[in-house]
Amino acid sequence: MDEMLLEIEDLKIQATSYPPGERPQRITIVDGVSLRLEKGKVIGLIGESGAGKSTIGLSAMGYGRGGVKLVGGSIRLNGQELRRAPSRVLRGVRGSQVTYVAQSAAAGFNPSRKLIEQVIEATLEHGRMSRPEAIERAIDLFRRLDLPDSETFGQRYPHQVSGGQLQRAMTAMALCPKPDLVVFDEPTTALDVTTQLGVLSAIKRAIRDFEVAAIYITHDLAVVAQIADDIMVLRGGEMVEYGTCDQIINNPREQYTRDLVSATNGEDPEIHPEGEPVLTIRNVCARYRGLAEDVVKDINLEVPPGTTLAVVGESGSGKSTLARVITGLLPPHTGEVIFDGSTLSPALKGRSKQDLQELQMIYQMADVAMNPRQTVGTIIGRPLEFYFGHKGKERRLRVIELLDKIELGEEFIDRYPAELSGGQKQRVCIARALAASPKLIICDEVTSALDPLVAKGILKLLRDLQKREGVSYIFITHDIAAVREVADTIAVLYQGELVRYGGKAEVLAPPYDDYTELLLRSVPEMRIGWLEDTLSALEAHLPCQAPEGAAPEMSATD
Amino acid sequence: MNASIWTLVAQRILLGLLLIFLSSALIFAGTQLLPGDVAQAILGQSATPEALANLRAELGLNVPVYQRYVSWLVGLLHGDMGTSLTNGQDIATAIGRRLANTLFLAASAAIISVPLAIILGLVSVLYRNRWPDKLISAVTLASISVPEFMLSYILVFYFAVQLGWAPSVAMISPSMSVLERFQAITLPVIVLVMVVLAHMMRMTRAALLNVMQSAYIETAELNGLGRFKVIWRYAMPNAVAPIVNVVMLNMAYLVVGVVVVEVVFVYPGMGQYLVDHVAKRDVPVVQDCGIIFAAVYITLNMLADIFSILANPRLRHPR
Repeated sequence: MDEMLLEIEDLKIQATSYPPGERPQRITIVDGVSLRLEKGKVIGLIGESGAGKSTIGLSAMGYGRGGVKLVGGSIRLNGQELRRAPSRVLRGVRGSQVTYVAQSAAAGFNPSRKLIEQVIEATLEHGRMSRPEAIERAIDLFRRLDLPDSETFGQRYPHQVSGGQLQRAMTAMALCPKPDLVVFDEPTTALDVTTQLGVLSAIKRAIRDFEVAAIYITHDLAVVAQIADDIMVLRGGEMVEYGTCDQIINNPREQYTRDLVSATNGEDPEIHPEGEPVLTIRNVCARYRGLAEDVVKDINLEVPPGTTLAVVGESGSGKSTLARVITGLLPPHTGEVIFDGSTLSPALKGRSKQDLQELQMIYQMADVAMNPRQTVGTIIGRPLEFYFGHKGKERRLRVIELLDKIELGEEFIDRYPAELSGGQKQRVCIARALAASPKLIICDEVTSALDPLVAKGILKLLRDLQKREGVSYIFITHDIAAVREVADTIAVLYQGELVRYGGKAEVLAPPYDDYTELLLRSVPEMRIGWLEDTLSALEAHLPCQAPEGAAPEMSATD
Repeated sequence: MNASIWTLVAQRILLGLLLIFLSSALIFAGTQLLPGDVAQAILGQSATPEALANLRAELGLNVPVYQRYVSWLVGLLHGDMGTSLTNGQDIATAIGRRLANTLFLAASAAIISVPLAIILGLVSVLYRNRWPDKLISAVTLASISVPEFMLSYILVFYFAVQLGWAPSVAMISPSMSVLERFQAITLPVIVLVMVVLAHMMRMTRAALLNVMQSAYIETAELNGLGRFKVIWRYAMPNAVAPIVNVVMLNMAYLVVGVVVVEVVFVYPGMGQYLVDHVAKRDVPVVQDCGIIFAAVYITLNMLADIFSILANPRLRHPR
């Protein structure tokens, strides 16, 4: 019988909120959560943001982020109570018995120190190994995690390696001290699908090889299905359902879990495009100043009115560059962009106010795309005033009308961005784009930062608005599930070239080109064993195209 | 290290030189616009027009402006600062001694204030929002809020007049030993430290706290590192650029801004020299002091810029 590694009982966690003009309040963010984890097992925590999954994960390290306090219940790691342990005890446990892999490894590494120093730091700090032993172990871990040039990889600085490599390096850092438990906090959320596939398989292998237990936090049910033994579904800080991976995926008991499962497998009928295209991109090539090679190469695309063109590809494929060309931020050196029947000036400066008005953009990070010191009313009202001269009461009425369109009430008009949820912020950004009465909206990864249910809501809103307003979209994304929901036509970009282009049904049906197949196969499916099937399929069919680290299965040493 | 980082550094140096050149033009133009007349100042209100005209010709005041500017600039580049209009002394010699005195005072103040400010900033961050932080902020802010002449007179009143611990005037002369010199400048150094401390300490605190918000600080904490190690190894290296910037700004202030303190303590430095000769309308001296102050100010800020470039790991180790 395995020993119990982690026992959390009736955990209650509170945070302090500071409502403007009122006294600080204690709010409960996790209540009555219990879980047990045996040595070498993996538990997946799943739920939308605000569900308390990261908070619970960090509580296993006795840590409360910001002003978060662990106010009730107990957390026992290897029989030791962590909830009210003195900081000296917690420091001894963190980085030795339990370690952490953050969502954004890019932000989680100190930019001014070499990777190797950071990877072995905790191991040395806790005296778990001598320095040469730790370095040797780190190099071994780099190799196991398929990092390139494992001997010298650690000599680099964080900015000198890619996001996927940093995520692996952080996994190496977490495994280096030979911990009993690793907390993975959305370790692949910030990566694109093909990179995610490689990192996910590296993590899974490392967990198995080292027989380490893990808490795996994610909002992607399909990802957690690949890696977890047990799954806990959370909502609003409370446990919705807790069971084995198989039971949650194939036989969910609660309605909320069923919604999550079906949100991950969405389907929708398609529309057939007709009429003169709103936007035509003809033979466009563009490069950044100082680069020898084009970032987008000879692209030809069309967007028929009232339809959605999805531009799909991994990071670095040139999809955002294409958006910059269309918006005039990066004038192409060859080719032209024809908008609504006339050729657009390549550079932003040469465009008329009407061009600007009719071509709007929505961004991935709704947070940073809004001025935090302006109210929703001011944010949405600004294009109304700028393009149409609406002022005062007229402007307010129009803002309320727009708020209604994005399914937010009139009461939102005086709120600040900080008072909105992620989904609400993105809705406000949509309203701001709509305020200009555009013919075309470019949506740059607008749902990537959102939880699946919230993202589904945004996608539905975009589609409804399209039906009512007849606006066209260019939908830039790496999320195939979102593409299936919204696209009418699909363009697949790979290394700046258009590798596949056509109607949705045509692009998403076989026969595939190699890259599209890799892209489609990399999207996690909600099926236990999908990861292994995909890796072996990719290995068999596409040896040259396999993503970094996904290809050769290495021999386990144990 | 790579070529592009040295290009950036070279750019800063060239920009610095250009700025010094431009400020020389500004200073010269500014002194030409000043009201008043040296000849009048020397001869007094009762001078006859003929005597004034003769003296002007003798002092070279009738030569066109641009010619005077060019010859001044060429002289400067050769180390010739000209002669004082009022007493006929060689300005370079007079300034040399006084500049050394000013630098001595500024360096003494900097050696105490810079480490003190950084340590106090660190302590503030370690005890953020607890009483040591609040006490340090209150004391340093109070001291910066009092005008420096006021601070000087308060110190003179208590420590020189009432207690007799330090001299009220900071006279130093070449015959004094190093120890005697330090004794002489105790009070002005204290005033200068109090004036620059708050700014540097607040900036250190703010820069560190800004970095403390970063995700990698959490990583360090979750690796079980102690709080001091987290600040020293993780926060400090990433906060060093803004700290160095504000330190350099204050060092520049110590050299350039000591005028008031030097006058209050009758300290034979650049500031007092400048103030004396402004009163006498001695334009060459004012110009020379101006260009030296400008050069010091620009050089120190340029050094801060270069340091920021060199401290950035992204520039130091490109991909």
